[in-house]
Amino acid sequence: MIEAKHLTKIFGRKTAVDDISFTVGKGEILGVLGPNAAGKSTTMRMITGFLVPTSGTALVGGHDVLESSLAARQKIGYLPENAPTYPDMTVNGFLDFIAEIRGFRGQNKKQQVIRTLERCNLLEVRFQAIHTLSKGFKQRVCFAQSILHDPEYLIMDEPTDGLDPNQKHEVRDMIRTMAQNKTIILSTHNLEEVDTICTRVLIIAQGRIVADETPAALKTRSGLHGAICFTLPKIGEGVWLKETEEIPGVDRAAIVSEGPEFVTIRAFPKKSDERLTEKIIRHFMVKGKPVEKIYIEEGRLDEVFRMITTQSL
Amino acid sequence: MQRFLRTILTIVKRELKGYFESPVAYVFIFIFLALSGYFAFQFGEFYIRRQANLDSFFKYLPWLFIFLIPAVTMRLWAEERRTGTIELIMTLPVTLTETILGKFLASWLFMGLALALTAPLIFTVTYLGDPDLGALFAAYFGGFLMAGAYLSIGLMTSALTRNQVIAFIVSAVICLFLVLIGMDEVMAALSGLAPLWLIRLIAGFSFMTHFGSIYRGVIDLRDVVYFLSVIFLMLFLNGIILQNRKAA
Repeated sequence: MIEAKHLTKIFGRKTAVDDISFTVGKGEILGVLGPNAAGKSTTMRMITGFLVPTSGTALVGGHDVLESSLAARQKIGYLPENAPTYPDMTVNGFLDFIAEIRGFRGQNKKQQVIRTLERCNLLEVRFQAIHTLSKGFKQRVCFAQSILHDPEYLIMDEPTDGLDPNQKHEVRDMIRTMAQNKTIILSTHNLEEVDTICTRVLIIAQGRIVADETPAALKTRSGLHGAICFTLPKIGEGVWLKETEEIPGVDRAAIVSEGPEFVTIRAFPKKSDERLTEKIIRHFMVKGKPVEKIYIEEGRLDEVFRMITTQSL
Repeated sequence: MQRFLRTILTIVKRELKGYFESPVAYVFIFIFLALSGYFAFQFGEFYIRRQANLDSFFKYLPWLFIFLIPAVTMRLWAEERRTGTIELIMTLPVTLTETILGKFLASWLFMGLALALTAPLIFTVTYLGDPDLGALFAAYFGGFLMAGAYLSIGLMTSALTRNQVIAFIVSAVICLFLVLIGMDEVMAALSGLAPLWLIRLIAGFSFMTHFGSIYRGVIDLRDVVYFLSVIFLMLFLNGIILQNRKAA
């Protein structure tokens, strides 16, 4: 378990992190979201022991990061922002060094390094100097470093930043498979990532926590949540919006897009639990305009994100 | 204790590899050897003095160190800060003391190697004459100790900035100062401005004062203690600088 207890960090006159507390348990993947300079990295740096909090502390597996820093650091795997590595070292040499620092020796060390190279798909470049590698590979080398000792606690600052879509997919898969017996905290700007892998979302703005819930719960805060989107063929003349708004249960409607043959409309229900989908389909069927596509909006994280983080300003 | 030593050894190994995986080490050693030879024979008027010793090499060693050693140390912390690897090393299960000692010892070993590679100078003077080998050994020992002091200063200044040029200049200036205050000429120039005891006191902090007696063949415990104290003080300061940065 990772517990952040009233973490606060003040740089000069700026309060970067302002009294942040949260708890993450085993099996959870906590996604930390927030605008740039919101305090995400600073929070992670305090938990990993790179920065000393101005006040407050964090416990990692019961070890206070201030009082028994070394014990805490032994249990953490950390991928810092921008995935720093020693550019002149080879991939193998770098991981060898990390393994030794982590206390692996001899055969044990070799096995651990090979296993990690395999897991991160780095075998083909293992004898190459890191500075000769592409950005995606560099990122993976640093990622490999963070999971080499199979840590209980994994903290990753923008793990998929700068990767191409395939590489992002790979890294997310790796994170997801590791998640069962680990506690994972990751920060990201990618909302899709939060949606696909995180079990919980923490939104930070101006150094404070402004939301702490599951991605699904967060999405229900969206104004679009529960709205019904449907596409109709443009048969004959039609006053699409007016017709939609005449359906009982519909509060208001808006045209999402209009093509030469089809029109897509979004209808907002008066109460979200009404069986509006059925009503809409029936209504247009009767009018001889069969609904082509229809779905209920879950809500958009980007919209919620914008709403929450700008509200607090 | 065992873990402490093993960790330091791991860091020393990585650092040394770092020297030799980039061209820095080779360029440095080449220039150091070329200049050593030049100072020992040409600039030091070896052939005119007609004495089979390395006095002139050791006489100019403090000057050579002033601009060569900061070149070795300037990147040690500055580079880690620039590339962000400092965040990696500081969050690994390694204490600050272990990291600093590892970095320092690696640089000291490296300078030791550079000094050892000047061995052909010894062979030359033994071939040409009959030098006092005991005194030569003492001088090398002193040179190595003094290198440690320069390195510790350079390492400390490298922790001050992410800019290697600044790290280089600041440490070169500090070393230059510590050399100058012990020079006879400088002491003479200052003699009218300050009381003699003060000048003596200041000169007592100079590399020149302490290295001077060692390279003439006298290993005085006080000189050894002086260099070790400089090293200790600088490494300690280094730790404080880094610790402060964490808490800043």
